[in-house]
Amino acid sequence: MSNNDKGFVQINGQNVAIEGERNLLELIRKSGIEIPTFCYHSELSIYGACRLCLVDIEGRGLNASCSIKPEPGMKVKTATEEIREIRKISVELLLANHRVECPTCPQSSKCKLEELARKLGITEVRFKKAKLDHPVDLSSDSLVRDPNKCVLCGDCVRYCREIQSIGAIDFAHRGKHTVVTPAFNKDLAKVECVNCGQCAAVCPVGAITVKQDVDKVFAALDNPEKVVVAQIAPAVRVALGEQFGMTSGDIVTGKITAALKKMGFDKVFDTSFSADLTVMEEGTEFLERFTKGEKLPQFTSCCPAWVKFAEQYYPEILPRLSSCKSPQQMFGSLARETLPKMLNVKPENLFIVSIMPCTAKKFEAKRPEFTHENLADVDAVITTQELSRMIEASGLNFMELDPESLDLPMGFKTGAGVIFGTTGGVTEAVLRFAVEKVTGEKLNNVDFHQVRGEAGIREATLEVAGKQVRMAIAHGLKNARKLAEEVKAGKCNYDIIEVMACPGGCVGGAGQPVNFTPGTIKRRAKGLYEADKMLQLHKAQENPYIIETYEKVLDKPGSHKAHHMLHTKYQSRRRISDKGMPLMTGEGTDKLSIKVCVGTNCYLKGSQSILKALTKDIESRGLQDAVDIQATFCFEKCGQAPNVMIGDQLISKCTFDKAREALNAELKKKTS
Amino acid sequence: MTGQTDTMMRKFEKVCEIIERYNNDSSKLVPILQAVQEEYRYLPEDVMYYVATSLGIPSAQVYGVATFYSHFALTPKGKYLIKVCDGTACHVKKSIPILEALMKRLKLTEDKMTTPDMLFTVETVSCLGACGLAPVLVINEEVHGLMTPESTIALLDNIIAREEAK
Repeated sequence: MSNNDKGFVQINGQNVAIEGERNLLELIRKSGIEIPTFCYHSELSIYGACRLCLVDIEGRGLNASCSIKPEPGMKVKTATEEIREIRKISVELLLANHRVECPTCPQSSKCKLEELARKLGITEVRFKKAKLDHPVDLSSDSLVRDPNKCVLCGDCVRYCREIQSIGAIDFAHRGKHTVVTPAFNKDLAKVECVNCGQCAAVCPVGAITVKQDVDKVFAALDNPEKVVVAQIAPAVRVALGEQFGMTSGDIVTGKITAALKKMGFDKVFDTSFSADLTVMEEGTEFLERFTKGEKLPQFTSCCPAWVKFAEQYYPEILPRLSSCKSPQQMFGSLARETLPKMLNVKPENLFIVSIMPCTAKKFEAKRPEFTHENLADVDAVITTQELSRMIEASGLNFMELDPESLDLPMGFKTGAGVIFGTTGGVTEAVLRFAVEKVTGEKLNNVDFHQVRGEAGIREATLEVAGKQVRMAIAHGLKNARKLAEEVKAGKCNYDIIEVMACPGGCVGGAGQPVNFTPGTIKRRAKGLYEADKMLQLHKAQENPYIIETYEKVLDKPGSHKAHHMLHTKYQSRRRISDKGMPLMTGEGTDKLSIKVCVGTNCYLKGSQSILKALTKDIESRGLQDAVDIQATFCFEKCGQAPNVMIGDQLISKCTFDKAREALNAELKKKTS
Repeated sequence: MTGQTDTMMRKFEKVCEIIERYNNDSSKLVPILQAVQEEYRYLPEDVMYYVATSLGIPSAQVYGVATFYSHFALTPKGKYLIKVCDGTACHVKKSIPILEALMKRLKLTEDKMTTPDMLFTVETVSCLGACGLAPVLVINEEVHGLMTPESTIALLDNIIAREEAK
């Protein structure tokens, strides 16, 4: 052994230098030996549950390598007969507890359990099959949860809690009854889940998968009455190739277009076009706020998982979110407005498909505010992975396809709209617009390297026309939460904050091919920056078709028409469980509902004594059967606590007298 | 009605007190849930949700803890909680026939261990630490040792008669 002070570990007889690896598993993998794991992800905390990474350490016996620090002089064996047999037993036990339906499982061919059973040469399961009768949770628009396939590795639980700071799912019950579930065994659609889908991305089996919308698209393509158009999000083009053996970051826009045309799509457009449009609207909105110094910092609003997150946890900052719809929804609105005439098709026969790197986009497209007169702005959202499945199902040889060009006008984009797919990209695209607008001079150097990078929270300051613009960029919702908390507490003075829910931004979305090879997300981002470089135009305001769209349809950025079509409103979702605590339930029909907030602020301001006095008053007047009294959680008016809701009327800074007055008025209304 | 509302108000105040007593500290979740359960005799969903909100932790985590420990009940328990010991000593001394006799008399099944009138809940426990008195059962806080199925049913009938007389 050399006298190198870092030391060496002997792995299967060969010395491997310790270079700051956090655990033995990483060191062994570095040496080129693959150790199977279910519950190990380098970005998550160490769980040590799956026991597949067992290795034999001389003098210490069998240990889970993920939980052991490498020490100089250790002698490790990774595949003894004993270890092989234990791994086999572990996998067999998991298979006995697993709903095995591999050919029809959405995870088929990507499933780690399937792969491991094959690699370990398991030909039969020696254990009795467990009873698997959990209902499959289909409630979410984005995800499907099948607990019958869960191997309890907890990757989803830890991702949701540690990276996204949500904790929508957790382990419940014990022993053989253990299950990963939302609180109170509720449907996923009814809890805090923001649909980012990263749980599905880390799930080694098919226990959480992305909801499939491929059939809807095929049906539309097969319907002769339908004119089917597609929009392709920026991040899709740098990742789809991975499914066909290409390198992450390879740009395959032309091949995707060719594939879609061969499948029967009538027009293929680019979400980067509507991202350019977003830059115009969001940039204009930002400059207006910046000049007036109001509603700052402005948060970006392109990421639907972030939007739902803000609606749930930070309703007080919703006015600071840009009111711009996301590029997906801007495309939908514009397509519904212009395409029927352009393509000579009845509005109801225009079928709009989004191809997205994202699972939350499925949820976004179904938000009620994006459907008008029974027509959704976007009819179906499929992910990058679903697109690859469609290509395979259509019998196309992707690698052999000759590239084709996107259609005009909505297929024409600038580099600004392309870099939207990576963290920092939205900020940079808006800067390319805002700086030129403020200075009134042509911006020659369009690269803002200070906003690029990989750190979870990045800060940058830019001097524009003598004024400082302070920016922050967050990706991963835990990082977004940190910034939102600071904003809420009035502790930060940023002007613009960009948030993307998935680490790396959209290129790391859960709809992308699952690829944990280190550097994947970085390469995809690089692909987008290269695509930007290769285009002639880099600023949204120079896109001739954006200029034309404003002339013909939208008037000017921020106009009344633009607001009507391209902007939206947010709703507070603070009361995730809208159930209050019933304190008095009347027996009459047509009862008056009384809700007293007992959230922290209202509680401190004495809501409880109002509740008590009100209850007593109602009883003394014998009105018990005419009312329902509930103690509820936040009405999102904490600044004006205590809050009491009587009927539909919310009384802020409530006192007993005010409440009684409102109660009498409401009761009078009911009797008259 | 009045009494019921009063009780609910009092219990709710108590929950606020408990959470305050533990300084809204999420690491004290187990003692908080224990204290809450003492008030309600089980853990109602809305109260667990309130606890989660007050402690600033996901409600899925509270649900996870509440379902992990068999001490916590997620469904209301009867006025009389009968714990039949089935630890080694009691088991050897034939605790199972006692359990079966109780279940038969109260028309209980494995999935439904509380009577519809909310008077009785029957549970098994692993050891009450009174092996010298085996087989043992505990009704609320009262320990009954050296039981047989017959003496158990007699005890039960006594309670039922007392309740009916009320």
